[in-house]
Amino acid sequence: MTHLLEVDKVGKTYAMGGILGSHRVRAVENVSFALEAGRPEIFTVIGESGSGKSTLARMILASVPPSDGAIRFEGQDVAAIKSRRDRLAFMKRVQPIFQNPFEAFNPLKKVDRYLFMTARRFNGVSRRDEVERQADEALRKVGLSLAEVKGRFPHELSGGQLQRIAIARALIPGPALIVADEPVSMVDASLRTSIVNLFMTLRDDLGVSIIYITHDLATAYYISDRIIIMQKGEVVEAGDARTVLADPQHPYSRELKAAVLSPDAAITGSALAETDAATLEPT
Amino acid sequence: MTTLTQPGAGAAMATPDASVRPVLSVEDLRAYYVLDLFGVKREVRAVDDISIRIMPNEIYGIAGESSSGKTSLIKTIAGAIQPPLTVVGGKVHFDFRGKSIDLYSGAPADLDAIRWRHLSYIMQGSMNVLNPVRRVRQAFIDFAARHIAAPSRRAFEEVVVAHLDRLHLSPHVLDAYPHELSGGMRQRVTIALATVCKPEFIIADEPTTALDVVVQKRVLAMIREVQREIGSSLLFVTHDMSVHANLCDRLGIMYAGRLVEEGATSDLFASPKHPYTQHLISSLPRIGDRTPREGLKGTPPNLADPPPGCRFHPRCPMAMEVCRTVVPPFVTAGKGRRVACFAAEPETIPDGIANATRSIAA
Repeated sequence: MTHLLEVDKVGKTYAMGGILGSHRVRAVENVSFALEAGRPEIFTVIGESGSGKSTLARMILASVPPSDGAIRFEGQDVAAIKSRRDRLAFMKRVQPIFQNPFEAFNPLKKVDRYLFMTARRFNGVSRRDEVERQADEALRKVGLSLAEVKGRFPHELSGGQLQRIAIARALIPGPALIVADEPVSMVDASLRTSIVNLFMTLRDDLGVSIIYITHDLATAYYISDRIIIMQKGEVVEAGDARTVLADPQHPYSRELKAAVLSPDAAITGSALAETDAATLEPT
Repeated sequence: MTTLTQPGAGAAMATPDASVRPVLSVEDLRAYYVLDLFGVKREVRAVDDISIRIMPNEIYGIAGESSSGKTSLIKTIAGAIQPPLTVVGGKVHFDFRGKSIDLYSGAPADLDAIRWRHLSYIMQGSMNVLNPVRRVRQAFIDFAARHIAAPSRRAFEEVVVAHLDRLHLSPHVLDAYPHELSGGMRQRVTIALATVCKPEFIIADEPTTALDVVVQKRVLAMIREVQREIGSSLLFVTHDMSVHANLCDRLGIMYAGRLVEEGATSDLFASPKHPYTQHLISSLPRIGDRTPREGLKGTPPNLADPPPGCRFHPRCPMAMEVCRTVVPPFVTAGKGRRVACFAAEPETIPDGIANATRSIAA
């Protein structure tokens, strides 16, 4: 079976500091996993801030080169992408979605511009009606239409709408893989459902694989097929999402699960214990 | 100062008893963004007809999506409004121990006297609260020095260090610059800042939204611990209902500038009456449950031109003919519960409307 994406013993070291007293930080350590071609799935990466999950995302998007190991997308080493043409061809297949939709769009520019630019650059269309048709088609996949979006500035749209426009933009080149870095953490809890439902639609109807990076275990349980849990750059637990989250084995995974605030606490009693405050990180 | 910690106080608060006076009473408060550009007048009704009472030692949560007017409401309550946000009607009354004040009728000087001493604020972006080029110590001096009657700078610092110790923070944070602290630590410093004067009333605006789960849980535990210790009331605003479920004694649900439901947290989660509350609670993902969940259709209304009648009716699965034209009154519905919905409280439907109960749901 061929791999869509193969992450092979990848590590990343950042050098911190100047000439004097520089030290090295291992952001990612020996991470391996693979996504199969022709079997779209939602692959979730879970971890707290500083666990290296965003660095992993950047390496998969080929914006940061790995220090060790290799990342192969459709058999090709992404670190070997040098020419502009190769990079465009790669970006056509792998698209990002970012955390904060209010920061992803320039507040002074109309949002439709991003859709049109993506269509021009990656799909090579130049006729205006064709560009608009492609933008409209992508927007319809996320439950919007060009008529609702055209000529609007980011402040005129809600966070949930903007995030859906960001997803529509990512869909225009027809990618095989979407890397979503905390796509719902800045979105209202009540709108999260519609965004994560959309991811499931993309997987089931459009056959797009999604790498979903999050610290929210509840939505991860809801949509993921497989997950890995990262702590300080290392994968501490991996496997089928339901199995892992239902009964985590590693102490860190258990701690994460215990930290999830359950809405049922209103009836069964709060999970907040006074002892938790005492275990805060040392100062 | 004596502590007012009463175990189980939260349950008792659901039914306010007559002998305890509320710390905060808000009556029919209306605050609009009034825009007057080149003779074109526009009103954005961010806070419309809101009445709440918050008792001493109570944690009251406000839930609602972005642009539902949560932040405008707490700004108005804190007396921190600037044009174009203006109070159009209603009143905000604080009843502190030995000092009561009506915002929006007294002189501005009165407000300065209560701020931080009696009424403080935990803000969302901890990086924006702390000056990035000054040490944390300076923030404590700026915020709290004039409210704590300490004979000397050293005595003041002792008070601050004792308070930091209570929040499990070491005195070394005073020497740190904000960027040297992690996000969770910075948020704890802002909580320490807001509570160092032991105020009777604390307003918290999404204090844990930017934190990850493990840190969030600990910071919430700390907020609750310090609230219990100093016995203040806490008004806690967030869009994440799972946080409310774990922290708050009572909850108010806001939609498009209005309160649509209020009640004790456990009652509200056990039997939500308003369709919007029902949606909010049922859409929360839970570990161990993969049943498909529906997102709410449509978009929140534009508050410059809100829909007539019930503002939720265009998105409501239970909308009826009457909801299109008549604003549902916010009425008492059971012990400690209030709700504004014709479907939940059919007896509030006024007489004389043709086909009042005919469904118009899309």
